[in-house]
Amino acid sequence: MNEFFSTNLGVAVILLAQTLVVVGFVMISLLFLVYGDRKIWAAVQMRRGPNVVGPFGMLQSVADALKYVFKEIVIPAGADRPVFILAPLVSFVLAMLAWAVIPFNSTWVLADINVALLFVFAVSSLEVYGVIMGGWASNSKYPFLGSLRSAAQMISYEVSMGLIIIGVIISTGSMNFGDIVAAQNGNLGFFNWYFIPHFPMVFLFFISALAETNRPPFDLPEAESELVAGYQVEYSSTPFLLFMAGEYIAIFLMCALITLLFFGGWTSPLPFLADGPVWMVGKMAIFFFLIAMVKALVPRYRYDQLMRLGWKVFLPFSLVWVVFVAFAAKFGWFWGLFARWTVGG
Amino acid sequence: MGIAEIAFYAFSMSTLIGGIFTVVSRNPVHSVLWLILAFLSAAGLFVLLGAEFVAMLLIIVYVGAVAVLFLFVVMMLDVDFAELKAEMAKYLPLGLLIGVIVLMQLMFAVGVWDYSTGYEGRLAAEIGTGTNTAELGAIIYDDYILIFQLSGLILLVAMIGAIVLTLRHRVDIKRQDVVAQMMRDPAKAMELKDVKPGQGL
Repeated sequence: MNEFFSTNLGVAVILLAQTLVVVGFVMISLLFLVYGDRKIWAAVQMRRGPNVVGPFGMLQSVADALKYVFKEIVIPAGADRPVFILAPLVSFVLAMLAWAVIPFNSTWVLADINVALLFVFAVSSLEVYGVIMGGWASNSKYPFLGSLRSAAQMISYEVSMGLIIIGVIISTGSMNFGDIVAAQNGNLGFFNWYFIPHFPMVFLFFISALAETNRPPFDLPEAESELVAGYQVEYSSTPFLLFMAGEYIAIFLMCALITLLFFGGWTSPLPFLADGPVWMVGKMAIFFFLIAMVKALVPRYRYDQLMRLGWKVFLPFSLVWVVFVAFAAKFGWFWGLFARWTVGG
Repeated sequence: MGIAEIAFYAFSMSTLIGGIFTVVSRNPVHSVLWLILAFLSAAGLFVLLGAEFVAMLLIIVYVGAVAVLFLFVVMMLDVDFAELKAEMAKYLPLGLLIGVIVLMQLMFAVGVWDYSTGYEGRLAAEIGTGTNTAELGAIIYDDYILIFQLSGLILLVAMIGAIVLTLRHRVDIKRQDVVAQMMRDPAKAMELKDVKPGQGL
């Protein structure tokens, strides 16, 4: 049996199985994330939320997904059919693709590449194409204007996110998630994590992640009450489900990124507890809870405020922070808190 | 045939197909989408060469930023296809002539291409032991820092020039003053009246 797994076919089988495990984990979490999101939102507004399908309404997401799948796909008469179908596929596949480099434990990762952080950044910069293609292919003014609006938003916040990531890369000297987490692993538990030296950037990254994934209070792409639903106006049935799933997967990915970059990934918060994937998933769940609470509590931004925040507040602040981190790491300020190179130096 | 060869042929095929359809597709937006496919496949070829940092930069810069701007511009353009076809018929002979000449020049250039002896000595040195991100950084920031910063300066000047050329400040429109909006004080902006029932103000 071991011989089989060293042949080409065997390696392919192993890779396929590992990919299926990750995809399965993400898809099953997706079902409960949507449910959890709605439950949290309902609890804040003193409603019950989904409570009919299954125990405590836990299977509501399954019912919703099946409902979407069994409905008829309506394609507008003037739409560009291939691009119209391609757009939701692009946004779903790209959201899934980034999980290939996300580790859950020191060895639990599909592709352990040197430029993992850049890969995630590249894939999330590609996600804007799903939005643009969907809006353009619908051949209607509302989706088109909506797609322009959301593309501008996603591009703007990507810039400051990139700069925040550079700060972490300077501190670690590597773009591999394993190295980044290893740099935060020490005998002081959660005092070792990057959220202490990079404290202001945690907030900036969290807010940029909300804007990047089109979550409230920055959900201008689909502000259904005043701007109809942006680029998704003409979508129905499974294509809409794919857009929706892609959006939630991107949010969950941002939770994983915050965990890995600032909160020590799979390392345990207390030194005497063992590290493990349970910490990783737990921290991701906590950040998803925070994102859901933001959705419930914060009113929506106006579009010009959103752009001003991105370009005139976040961008200069994160740029200055990169320069500061570079000096602090080079000259070992603050007892070398910023310089924890696991490779090079 | 190993995995690397299969991947190489797949990526090169899709680069070529993307390039061909960029030229022949009738819809300009489709052209840009095919161009993006070509960019992505080229990034795949870079990965196969072991240049993963360059591949990621290609995706982030060209696909994530430049091609989005292309797409915006092309989507905003109002292209009249009938007129375009008439124009094409008019200029087709000239275009064909230029194309044939360029192709012949290329064939001359490539046809007489011959490696001189001793070219191994002039090839770029093998990269060191680190990852290619670190090696690239060492080369750019240690050996060629002046050239790198100068090219950055040229780009900065070009950017400022573009902004200066296109920026015009219109005076005849009403503008919102953000600072004034944020500094507004509820006590000064509002006045509370105690309205008696049935009387009005």
